[in-house]
Amino acid sequence: MTTRPADDLDRRLVLATQAGLPLVSRPYDVLAEQLGISAGEVRARLADMLDNGRIRRIGAVPNHYALGYTANGMSVWDVPDERIVELGEAVGRLPGVTHCYERPRALPDWPYNLFAMVHGKDRASVLAQVEEIATLLGSACRARDVLFSTAILKKTGLRIG
Amino acid sequence: MSAVAPVMDALDRRIINALQGGFPLSDTPYQDVAEGLGIDEADLLARLQRLLDTGVLTRFGPMFQIERLGGRFVLAALAVPEERFEAVTAQVNAFPEVAHNYRRTHRLNMWFVLATETPEGIDDVIRRIEAATGLPVFAFPKRREFFVDMRLQA
Repeated sequence: MTTRPADDLDRRLVLATQAGLPLVSRPYDVLAEQLGISAGEVRARLADMLDNGRIRRIGAVPNHYALGYTANGMSVWDVPDERIVELGEAVGRLPGVTHCYERPRALPDWPYNLFAMVHGKDRASVLAQVEEIATLLGSACRARDVLFSTAILKKTGLRIG
Repeated sequence: MSAVAPVMDALDRRIINALQGGFPLSDTPYQDVAEGLGIDEADLLARLQRLLDTGVLTRFGPMFQIERLGGRFVLAALAVPEERFEAVTAQVNAFPEVAHNYRRTHRLNMWFVLATETPEGIDDVIRRIEAATGLPVFAFPKRREFFVDMRLQA
């Protein structure tokens, strides 16, 4: 999917926008001035970075709590490694799952290799969604847990430079 | 963070839903979005600024996939003794590489995401967090990503 290595302009665009896009009528003109290139070049490069996945999307990042999604459960599962792709993809397709990853176990403290984040307006709705995951996994699930977040301690997002 | 939600009206919610993806790469993107919502550009910009100032939005801009730019994101956790929780939170949050940090219900009670510009940077920041806190860091780098979509209906 990626066709060219990341270059200096990619990096300078990250630095110029990681705190946010300028809230002015012509935001790409402001970036162009900062970067010493034309607004057309800024837009073309952003389009390129969206195409090759270096930018997932351009938009608003809401605070989940402020939107009423106060229950945030990190559900974690121990499933057989040889079935992880099939099971991970199926879990990722369930509604309410916002992220789904395979991660390494840390034995003996942590036997889980499949992580699925579930957001909901209360713990009961999160737990109901976690039960749907359990049903889908069936006997492939050997151990499980759900870790609710009780406080956001920091949320600044990516910062480089 | 307080769980008390700031006051939002129906238009705020429409703005948040409209801006969770597909922001135009046009000369006047806010104007284009405002037209789609049937409001003035100035009103959209003022409301966006207020949503950011009140913390309803944590950010507005491009969301970078740092691995595609040569960097790394790693989920990590600590088992923090309860009596040290506040002090360790300050120690961990002081690292600019810590992008988010959550308290969670488990013996591993602090979960944070490390973002670094290079793969080697992760090992380095983990060592420095261990030195600062005196606690072992459990690192959970992603092996495979099956699904990511953070959009939530406002």
